[in-house]
Amino acid sequence: MTARAADNGYLSGSNLERVLRAGHFAVTAELGPPQSADGDVIRRKAALLKGNCDAVNITDNQTAIVRMSSIGAGTILVQEGLEPVIQMTCRDRNRLAIQSDLLGAYALGMRNVLCLTGDHQSFGNHPTAKNVFDIDSIQLVQMVAAMRDEGIFQCGEPFKGQEPRFFVGAAAAPFADPVEFRPYRLAKKVKAGADFIQTQLIYDVEAFRKYMEKVRELGLHEQTYILAGVGPLKSPGMARYMKKNVPGILMPDEIIERMQAAGAAWAGKSKDELTPEEKKARSRAWREAGIRICIELIQQLREIEGVAGVHIMAIEWEEAVEPIVSGAGLLPRPVVETSAPQKAASPGGS
Amino acid sequence: MIVAEQKTLDEIKSLVGDARKVLVVGCGTCVTVCFAGGAREAAIVATSLRMASRLEGVERDVTDVTVQRQCEWEYLDGIGEKISEADVVLSLGCGIGVQAIAEHFPDVWVVPGLNTSFLGLPTEQGVWAERCAACGDCILGLTGGICPIARCSKSLLNGPCGGSEDGHCEIDPEIPCAWQLIYERLERMGRLDALFEIQPPKDWSTSRDGGPRKIVRADLRLSPEEE
Ligand code: SF4
Ligand code: SF4
Repeated sequence: MTARAADNGYLSGSNLERVLRAGHFAVTAELGPPQSADGDVIRRKAALLKGNCDAVNITDNQTAIVRMSSIGAGTILVQEGLEPVIQMTCRDRNRLAIQSDLLGAYALGMRNVLCLTGDHQSFGNHPTAKNVFDIDSIQLVQMVAAMRDEGIFQCGEPFKGQEPRFFVGAAAAPFADPVEFRPYRLAKKVKAGADFIQTQLIYDVEAFRKYMEKVRELGLHEQTYILAGVGPLKSPGMARYMKKNVPGILMPDEIIERMQAAGAAWAGKSKDELTPEEKKARSRAWREAGIRICIELIQQLREIEGVAGVHIMAIEWEEAVEPIVSGAGLLPRPVVETSAPQKAASPGGS
Repeated sequence: MIVAEQKTLDEIKSLVGDARKVLVVGCGTCVTVCFAGGAREAAIVATSLRMASRLEGVERDVTDVTVQRQCEWEYLDGIGEKISEADVVLSLGCGIGVQAIAEHFPDVWVVPGLNTSFLGLPTEQGVWAERCAACGDCILGLTGGICPIARCSKSLLNGPCGGSEDGHCEIDPEIPCAWQLIYERLERMGRLDALFEIQPPKDWSTSRDGGPRKIVRADLRLSPEEE
């Protein structure tokens, strides 16, 4: 499928698309909506992210726990002057619901969609629910791209009026099994029409470099913008947990050791022996190390050919985004005018 | 085969309620081979019910009978009298067997003694696993004979999600990832290119999503004169 630009030369005209096409190293961040109807939570988090990233991903019932909807929270972000990336999973909606939600999202000012399979409901707080999985993430990418490029619904019928013009994203899990298939799965997503890719959290830069070699061999970095996923660690325990329990994350021992070393001053004491002040100081030291490591990761990832930006996942720790982005030398964020792109910078060329 | 599991005796007892005359009906096909509702199980359930009744001081007449296939009316006709005499029929057939009795004997109260679980096969002694979800449009020819509809927890059609790890599915270390299996098999057969094609959204109308299904074979139907 050939992506068809609008009259202004952009596919969607989203800020994320403009920044990437102008050849800037993009920064996106993640925002987890609350398990409540409190819009102020979104406003508070938005204030922490504003000016520090080009677009903000809003998760869609992440880990199958019910939260404020991605589009609802996205509407608040638009009001606050930030640009949302709506995450859309295949777990909770069939093709009818997905399309109608996307029409609404577009009408409300949203311009980026990240198409995901979705975590299985057995992980979440409604494990007895029925799931949907009418279509999968690749078919979802294809559907959203065809809405824009062919002006049709999934059934093939044309829109009666304005088509939704989204910048279409997909996820990549470079280290999930079967690992040899992962670059090809990415190729499928690109072929389906993914304009940008956000990866699972990267801690093992060496392994990611190898993955990117294969990605470049397949020429994918020239057809899509790849944003490498990073996230600050809060504690050595979090690093160990990820290593053991989160599929598709490679956590080098060296990083765990650095996190441990950051708390060395309080080592050897059990939780009960520490005063609340000591605990706070230890947590601060860990978090500082987590932010430092994250900055270094960004700097290393930036050197890899074909990496067009980073996606920072500091879930329930949005305060960390500003020091990370500033520490990585990525502030201020570029302002790219809405007028037609000067040059159609290909995803690879930065 | 259809794989089923017996309900607990407590649930069976509450389903039977205060009926005096109970007929336990086993089935000689699928549920016999999965040791859930064959002649042997029917006899055991009948004995358990009798013992429970005696302990509770309830007078109850419990008998059992097993037919070769509960899902065909002609086999049920052979025990029609017994069925009609019972206050309650406890079917140890699959859900189809229970419904075959209900449909064929409109005046008889029938309750299920099994939970019908899935379409599958025994993978080792005492272990059964799901293999088919009867989607009505078989795609095994694309996936090396391994069904992603029934065996991938998300019924994905275009390859593994990001949760696949060490060969197992994200939802449970005991469940193999169907897409890992498909990948390995296609690789062994030198047919990996099948995975690079994008599979379009599935037409689920042939599946349960299209409403209750029915097959009519004109070539096999009896002509009006023959009926
Ligand atoms: S593709 Fe459909 S018919 Fe074939 S095995 Fe799977 S569920 Fe059964
Ligand atoms: S881990 Fe494998 S089987 Fe489980 S949902 Fe993902 S692709 Fe399907």
